[in-house]
Amino acid sequence: MSNTEYFEKRFQQRIDADERIEPRDWMPDSYRKTLIRQMSQHAHSEVVGMLPEGNWITRAPSLKRKLALLAKVQDEAGHGLYLYAATETLGIDREELLDQLHTGQAKYSSIFNYPTLNWADIGAIGWLVDGAAIMNQIPLCRCSFGPYARAMVRICKEESFHQRQGFEIMMTLCNGTKEQKAMAQDALNRWWWPSLMMFGPSDKDSTHSAQSMKWKIKRFTNDELRQRFVDITVPQADILGIRVPDPDLKYNSETQQYKFGPIDWDEFWRVVHGDGPCNKERLEARIKAHEKGKWVRDAAMAYAEKKSRQNTQIKVA
Amino acid sequence: MPQWLMQKKRAGRIHKSKLPEMEKRKWPLYEVFIRSKSGLNHKHVGSLHAADPHMAIQNARDVYTRRQEGISIWVVESKFITASNPEDQDMLFDPAIDKVYRHPTFYNLPDDVKHI
Repeated sequence: MSNTEYFEKRFQQRIDADERIEPRDWMPDSYRKTLIRQMSQHAHSEVVGMLPEGNWITRAPSLKRKLALLAKVQDEAGHGLYLYAATETLGIDREELLDQLHTGQAKYSSIFNYPTLNWADIGAIGWLVDGAAIMNQIPLCRCSFGPYARAMVRICKEESFHQRQGFEIMMTLCNGTKEQKAMAQDALNRWWWPSLMMFGPSDKDSTHSAQSMKWKIKRFTNDELRQRFVDITVPQADILGIRVPDPDLKYNSETQQYKFGPIDWDEFWRVVHGDGPCNKERLEARIKAHEKGKWVRDAAMAYAEKKSRQNTQIKVA
Repeated sequence: MPQWLMQKKRAGRIHKSKLPEMEKRKWPLYEVFIRSKSGLNHKHVGSLHAADPHMAIQNARDVYTRRQEGISIWVVESKFITASNPEDQDMLFDPAIDKVYRHPTFYNLPDDVKHI
């Protein structure tokens, strides 16, 4: 057995025994690469995810809603930071991660390439998009890579308020005027299918799934999580009194699951490959924010360097 | 930096990159430790970038204590931490395994001896 084979075998044994892998432990290069790809994509999603909602902070209908939305968007910045920091433990720089986002080399969740057209969309995002994110993220709290799992524990704790505030917005609209209820229904119509797509391609088309399951980066398949999301969310729509836009949706009392209609995978791949309603706008906003912030980063660094020079001079004197 | 990353960089696969320009003066990495309430020790919670220690404290406050998670913060630049090597784990920690006599339960005393 070669050295690498021995290390790989020992690595898999540790995973099988449910041990956590820490940054300085030996790991296969492919495990490191997979994590960098997935974790950075996750971090980018948090950061880009601020854009569709940021649009509504100044347009929130009341001070209470505005405070909640501000706090939610601030959380997302924080989540991006936890995840970038955790990704950096794998030996890649923050600058390089951002560069991959800005050059289009790295992806972020396609859901953020859809526009937020009115206030009901903020409710739908909190309820559906954060709901789907939580469904994906809870199993990640037990991910085999320690820093990722720890970041996810914090994120999941904070995110449950995001989903509840979204549902409350929907609830308020649904209990309001006819027009307000129609807004809620319209938002559900537009966000339902993209939310189901958030779980990624169907298991039979998912390239990374099998290996990620073996490494315990993933604990459930895309289709399993998507099914669970549908089963949990449809009864919530019933409580709101609005309908999920799926003519094929049917409850199977034997399996106690909802059977749902086909997902438009052409649309999914189109948006993933850059041709969604807002891909260009989101990336441009990101790059602009980064470039316009450059003088602030430089000034802070120059100030820090000057201070540290002064301190050395004082010590020498 | 892992081997594959160096290879990738050498192979120049990063297009339209602004890396060389950004790399010269980047904010260093800090490790953050939070005391959640008085009487408890500071505990490592994660890391972040900042231009100087003062800014690291401010950023740590925003990133790690938005929900009253702490009453005190320590930050230290990551490069100043010396860590044990994971490969030395057996050498360092195995010797403690067979030292059962370091634990109170190793010693047999009659049941009617009290307060000991």
